[in-house]
Amino acid sequence: MTENKKIVQVQHLKQYFSPGKPNEVKAVDDISFDIYEGETFGLVGESGSGKSTTGRSIIRLYNPTSGKILFNGQDISKIKNHSKQMLEFRREMQMIFQDPYASLDPRMKVKDIIAEGLDVHRLVQNDQERDARVEELLQIVGLNPDHATRYPHEFSGGQRQRIGIARALAVDPKFIIADEPISALDVSIQAQVVNLMKDIQRKNNLTYLFIAHDLSMVKYISDRIAVMHQGRLMELGTAEEVYNHPLHPYTKSLLSAVPLPDPELERKRQRIPYDASIEQSGTQPRTLHEIVPGHFVYSTEDEIDHYREQALAVAEA
Amino acid sequence: MAHEILEVKNLKINFQTYAGTVQAIRDVSFNLKKGETLAIVGESGSGKSVTTRSIMGLLAPNAQVVSGEIKYKGQDLLKESEKQMDDHRGNDIAMIFQDPMTSLDPTMTIGKQVAEPLLVHGKISKEKALKRAQEVLELVGIPNAAARMKDYPHQFSGGQRQRIVIAIAIVNYPEILIADEPTTALDVTVQAQIIDLMRELQEKLETSIIFITHDLGVVAGIADRVAVMYAGKIIEYGTVDDIFYKPQHPYTWGLLSSMPTLDIGSGKLASIPGTPPDLLDPPKGDAFAPRNPYAMKIDTEAQPPFFKVSPTHYAATWLLHPDAPKVEPPAAIKKRSEEYDRLMKAGQIENLAGGSLN
Repeated sequence: MTENKKIVQVQHLKQYFSPGKPNEVKAVDDISFDIYEGETFGLVGESGSGKSTTGRSIIRLYNPTSGKILFNGQDISKIKNHSKQMLEFRREMQMIFQDPYASLDPRMKVKDIIAEGLDVHRLVQNDQERDARVEELLQIVGLNPDHATRYPHEFSGGQRQRIGIARALAVDPKFIIADEPISALDVSIQAQVVNLMKDIQRKNNLTYLFIAHDLSMVKYISDRIAVMHQGRLMELGTAEEVYNHPLHPYTKSLLSAVPLPDPELERKRQRIPYDASIEQSGTQPRTLHEIVPGHFVYSTEDEIDHYREQALAVAEA
Repeated sequence: MAHEILEVKNLKINFQTYAGTVQAIRDVSFNLKKGETLAIVGESGSGKSVTTRSIMGLLAPNAQVVSGEIKYKGQDLLKESEKQMDDHRGNDIAMIFQDPMTSLDPTMTIGKQVAEPLLVHGKISKEKALKRAQEVLELVGIPNAAARMKDYPHQFSGGQRQRIVIAIAIVNYPEILIADEPTTALDVTVQAQIIDLMRELQEKLETSIIFITHDLGVVAGIADRVAVMYAGKIIEYGTVDDIFYKPQHPYTWGLLSSMPTLDIGSGKLASIPGTPPDLLDPPKGDAFAPRNPYAMKIDTEAQPPFFKVSPTHYAATWLLHPDAPKVEPPAAIKKRSEEYDRLMKAGQIENLAGGSLN
């Protein structure tokens, strides 16, 4: 995994709202992680954990309070809004939003929604080229090209999310942040959209940051997963490791609450409560430590051995 | 078996819209037994919310009950006057809504909101009502309830607000509690707490619960029986084990296999192709036929009746007709069924349905 190229490097990112004021909110509080080219990086957490803020900081919808965000080696945390670099950067990085009802302008035709990026970045020379590209994109996301002249209200939730995906793909990005892209959709439609996202990823060699609270879907789509809680990363590792051998008590608690579509497992379920006060115990500073290769846990220096023993015990079992 | 407290029979509901008549509920029948939890599962637009709103007498003005009966302890609720319904609502039958942010009055203290059903139904004095409200808030797990009676909804977290909504619903000890996606807006950890709370309250108060959701994980955890709805009809119903381990309808198969389980590999997720039908002009045959890989000619011609799978389990699919060809359910479904049989044989499953399963 370390051989792979890092496409995004988040280094000590802090995103505070109303900094220095009495109502200061430390939405993201000193987090660091890398995203490798071609992978799907899942970011999970409860509401208020800072997962969406992290995504929005990476695509620079916010100006980070401190820390660096490197995209393809270039620090994008300081580039100015409306600058040429910002325009170039946004062409490489796109976003798919949660709510397919609120994220499409109801007064724009589908083809204009999809082509907006093409116009902004001057990627097409004339209307024919524009229409041809829109048609191609609609086909990629599994919509009828004849629907280009319709308005968003004429589409169902799943179809709208496909339009949102087509819009993100229009400028041929390398990296897409998907912020809860399926939470607003029905179960049978969620699987369609997830499969579509996976197909497109394979064909276009895309990298995803997939933000969600539905843990089973994140496990399914992600290569690696980071668990976030109160603005900090609690645990980071491969999807398999984090799900099957969680080490941090918060991850264990979160996983024990995921409802499973199996009555027998539900009857046997033991919920593990989480006591957040353990994060305050002791005097040593806490940060992410690598317990076993590729598997990081938020802990103090002293706790590393304890977690390492746990990891070994699980590996042997 | 315990006696039936609610019986819905052949319910048909239409909505008059500018586009035409939407046939939202197309002949739905089910019953609810004392003390049980019945989960109604379905996608948006399948009619699950309309069904429960009709029980509460809360249908929109453009709704029209074409036919059917909703019998509560033998009385047909559809024939009751608005005043009689007022006596039932919040008293015999109460409802918990999906969004705890919008279902509380932001300008009223929570103590008053919880006491309101008691005062409306004129049972006790204001003083006693407030005392009762406090007890119920303690019961649903609001810490320091006495001191928080005078707080407003915005001073509580989402999970606590949903606890308050539940307190309002149970303050009169209703016989039936209708919960319409009560945990959808909540985080998984909070969701788990609310489900535990509802189970606990049900044990204490012997309430019957109708639980509406599209989340099959939640259903597996809370339901005794499950009804699956599609396009305004119930297409399969049975005990929770019937539905999750021995499903018969291809739509139920599709729903169950499109959920990723935690042990799933990285293969492709099974998905149901297409979208639900337009109920302005529902299909003549089985409404699921266009999305059904197992559809036969008859599916486009006639609606399937319910076929009996076991005394507790019924499914409306032509595949169960004696003349239908035998089909192989998807691999994920076969795996569920085999795993269940294995556990049954090993005696690791307590048969909750009391031997009524095959």
